Amino acid sequence: MEGSMLTSANNRQELLQNFFCEMFRIRVVEETLLDLFAQGAIGGTVHTCLGQEAVAVGVISALNRDTDIICSNHRGHGHFLAYCGDARGLVAEILGLPSGVCGGIGGSQHLQKKNFYSNGILGGMAPVAVGMAFAEKLKGSGAVVVQFMGDGAMAEGAVYEALNMASLWGLPIMFAVENNQYAQSTHWSAQHSGALEQRSEAFGVPVCDIDGNDVEVVYDTAQRLISEIRSECAPRLLFMRTYRLGPHSKGDDMRDPEELDYHVQREPLRRLREKLDQSWIKEVEPQMRQQVATLVADLRRGL
Amino acid sequence: MASYLTGLQLGLAEALAANEKVVVLGEDLVDPYGGAFKVTKGLSTHFPGRVISTPICEGGFTGVAVGMALRGFRPVVEIMFGDFLTLCADQIVNHMAKFPGMFNGQVKVPLVIRTPMGGGRGYGATHSQSLEKMFLGVPGIKVVAPSHLHAAGDILQYAILVDDDPVLFIENKLLYPLDQHTHVFMEQSAEIPGYPTVALRNFSSGQPDVTVISYGGMSREIVPMLEKLRSDELNVTAVFPSSLWPVPVETLVRYGAQCGRLVICEEGSAGFNWGSEVAVLLYDALRGNLLAPITRLAAASQAIPAARHLEKEVLVTAEKIENAIWELMS
Repeated sequence: MEGSMLTSANNRQELLQNFFCEMFRIRVVEETLLDLFAQGAIGGTVHTCLGQEAVAVGVISALNRDTDIICSNHRGHGHFLAYCGDARGLVAEILGLPSGVCGGIGGSQHLQKKNFYSNGILGGMAPVAVGMAFAEKLKGSGAVVVQFMGDGAMAEGAVYEALNMASLWGLPIMFAVENNQYAQSTHWSAQHSGALEQRSEAFGVPVCDIDGNDVEVVYDTAQRLISEIRSECAPRLLFMRTYRLGPHSKGDDMRDPEELDYHVQREPLRRLREKLDQSWIKEVEPQMRQQVATLVADLRRGL
Repeated sequence: MASYLTGLQLGLAEALAANEKVVVLGEDLVDPYGGAFKVTKGLSTHFPGRVISTPICEGGFTGVAVGMALRGFRPVVEIMFGDFLTLCADQIVNHMAKFPGMFNGQVKVPLVIRTPMGGGRGYGATHSQSLEKMFLGVPGIKVVAPSHLHAAGDILQYAILVDDDPVLFIENKLLYPLDQHTHVFMEQSAEIPGYPTVALRNFSSGQPDVTVISYGGMSREIVPMLEKLRSDELNVTAVFPSSLWPVPVETLVRYGAQCGRLVICEEGSAGFNWGSEVAVLLYDALRGNLLAPITRLAAASQAIPAARHLEKEVLVTAEKIENAIWELMS
């Protein structure tokens, strides 16, 4: 499914169906990656965004996928899929195949395609994204840069240098913060003092603090902020409260099962399902699962 | 005759004039200040909006330049003192150097980071170092350091306008006021395109007794020393690569093969340095042809003192190089 369909969808229900497909595809691809990892088919590590799909899909659907730019992080599969939908290129990349989006050199954390760039150094992409916004401003292209980062990265100094320059120079960038509550194994409250969501205001970067598990809220807010950024040529920060359902990478989860269960009840796909026609869901889910399974089987057979 | 500083100023001005995608970022660059060492003086006036004074956040604005390079610009970053490169290390090693390779050649990062290194001005331990060795050998970047025998401005222009690889461009504070040194007994080799190696000899014909291999600011010590040794009738060739990484191995081996006595010297501190790598490369290529073990000189492994007389004891001087040469001859 191409992203441009989403932005042009007039009908709200159709829009939500598109969101569901995008989010469900991310979920299925990542669950498949975890299976492949467990089978030993993937080296390194896999950072999944299970439970954070509304952030990726809601924010990126608010962009112009032809011209806007995305800087992502170590947990970027969802951002990548929401941006270009190239599940085959992503899985091939993580399987280390030449047909991967970076020929297998990049791997899970280092993806690049068209205007999408990710790197595995927390906070490191924030100034790079600011530079991209600077470049687009000088070119007069009208493009906006979205810089994804988590609550963990907000402990890195580079982020504050980036916020300062973005605001000082009036650059078209949206900092998209996913507070998934955990930095590896450490809860955000054990890592940060003060109010995380208020920090950027000291740099003159206005914040919207929203429920990141409601894709409609994410999409509507991101659309408004992106339009403000484009018209004012000034940065914004979108602070999204969500929850990382999966472990940091693989098999390193020590959280209380009760806590997990609480968040499973509030995870974004479950909430979106409630807004959609159940028979449509019953039809579409197995189809999408099958698509991903076929794609993976083909790749593993060398097709 | 242009000074090293004037050459760099002109090189930057010509690069800005030649390509509108060239921008310059760094601390205090804008006129009337024009940069701490005045390399960018006048540029913001002639190229308004393209020479940008940044906040004091070296890592941050280096990252900004990386982002601009990824999106079609050819940025030049000035780091006020080379010592501050440590603040940019993550952007240099994990961003600038990595993107082209780890993105399978799909992107380019045509970016030049220029910065002055070196002591001799009494700035003390954190403003006098030669830290380029920390970045030598990092895959995906070039490290360039012209001496005052090089046309430093031309090399800078090449790095900015022609080279699509990221370049760390090391200047030297004490070279800034010096005129570019030229001499009839000087030759240039271009093993690494754009980054020539210059060799100067103090004799008209025959073979050298000793070959000195060095780079950057050491030329200020070595050139007058060659004159002195000429009066002592000692034939010496001094070789100055402008490219530290990659190493112009063939060129250095060719000069090394001209005589079996080699002195390698550098301004940085001893221990895991440029000279160690060059020495190993030369040992590999010249085994059996050396008349003596290669002598290596570097600054003492300690904090550089602020007091001038103490600083001199720590750094490599012409006197120390000369002593090493005579020792090698004895």
